[in-house]
Amino acid sequence: MRKIFKKLTFVIAFISLSFINLYAQGGDVAKAKKPFDAPMADALRASGKIYVVVVVLGIVLTGIFIYLISLDRKIKKIEQEVQG
Amino acid sequence: MKKLAWWKILCIVLLFYTLIAGFLFDVPRREIFNETIRNLYFHVTMWFSMIIIFGVSVYNALRYLRHNKPIYDYYASEAAKMGIVFGIMGLLTGMMWARFTWYMADGGYWSGDPKQNMTVIGLLIYLAYFVLRGSLTDDQQRARISAVYNIFAFSALIPLLYILPRMVASLHPGSAENSFDIYNNINAQMRSVFYPAVIGWTLLGWWIVTLRVRLIKAHQRFIDKEYEQELVKS
Repeated sequence: MRKIFKKLTFVIAFISLSFINLYAQGGDVAKAKKPFDAPMADALRASGKIYVVVVVLGIVLTGIFIYLISLDRKIKKIEQEVQG
Repeated sequence: MKKLAWWKILCIVLLFYTLIAGFLFDVPRREIFNETIRNLYFHVTMWFSMIIIFGVSVYNALRYLRHNKPIYDYYASEAAKMGIVFGIMGLLTGMMWARFTWYMADGGYWSGDPKQNMTVIGLLIYLAYFVLRGSLTDDQQRARISAVYNIFAFSALIPLLYILPRMVASLHPGSAENSFDIYNNINAQMRSVFYPAVIGWTLLGWWIVTLRVRLIKAHQRFIDKEYEQELVKS
């Protein structure tokens, strides 16, 4: 059961990641048809500041993961204490 | 340092991918949506994760009814808690999204969208699950009755979230008067971020569920041990 789940998750992840290739062909065509129809955050991207947001959120995400991993370890210690 | 389980690493990788790709990859240019179309990776994924985690919860409730092992009850109740967290997150993110994208003029956070209203009913049904659990003191009785209620709650959620809102006008895709055709408006590149994001968020929820279940298990073992020692003493 566990093995099947493991394989399944990887397969789904692989399939969804492989959509990138599909986009590489379809996306450019769509863009060529309608160049700038809807206002988007082009200036934000041009000035490069969107990366600041990505980095800030990256820090938040990293913090959450460090916290989760340390919680994981602490619980493991408690488990070992109770078992021993 | 012990190695992290493979799926925890997958969770971390997928969520960082969601963050980076979600902000930096190109998205279709659509009027009204503009950049908020990226909320697909953060708002819609909450609902997908919620229904998957609730599914895990009801699966464990069924397993409890079959095998009568307390561990399944722990999984069912903790997964239900995590599902409620995802649901509340989805609700709050949806309120933000709608308020500043479709209701700039009216300016209401609660737009009364059918999906919004039905979700609240669904979440209340799940909150009642915990009221029910809190009101029963016998462990076995609590586990069995709440497992049966869990099945009811999950089956109530399906028409509330996936059938009723589609029969009336709503902002959400698939509803009666919605011009947003999800199959044409979400391109392959968006899917390539969306599905990994769903898996990533779901694994994050599952990670928290397992942590809480392990804590309950350790606590239970501790209580059992104390009880044994009491028996030995007397």
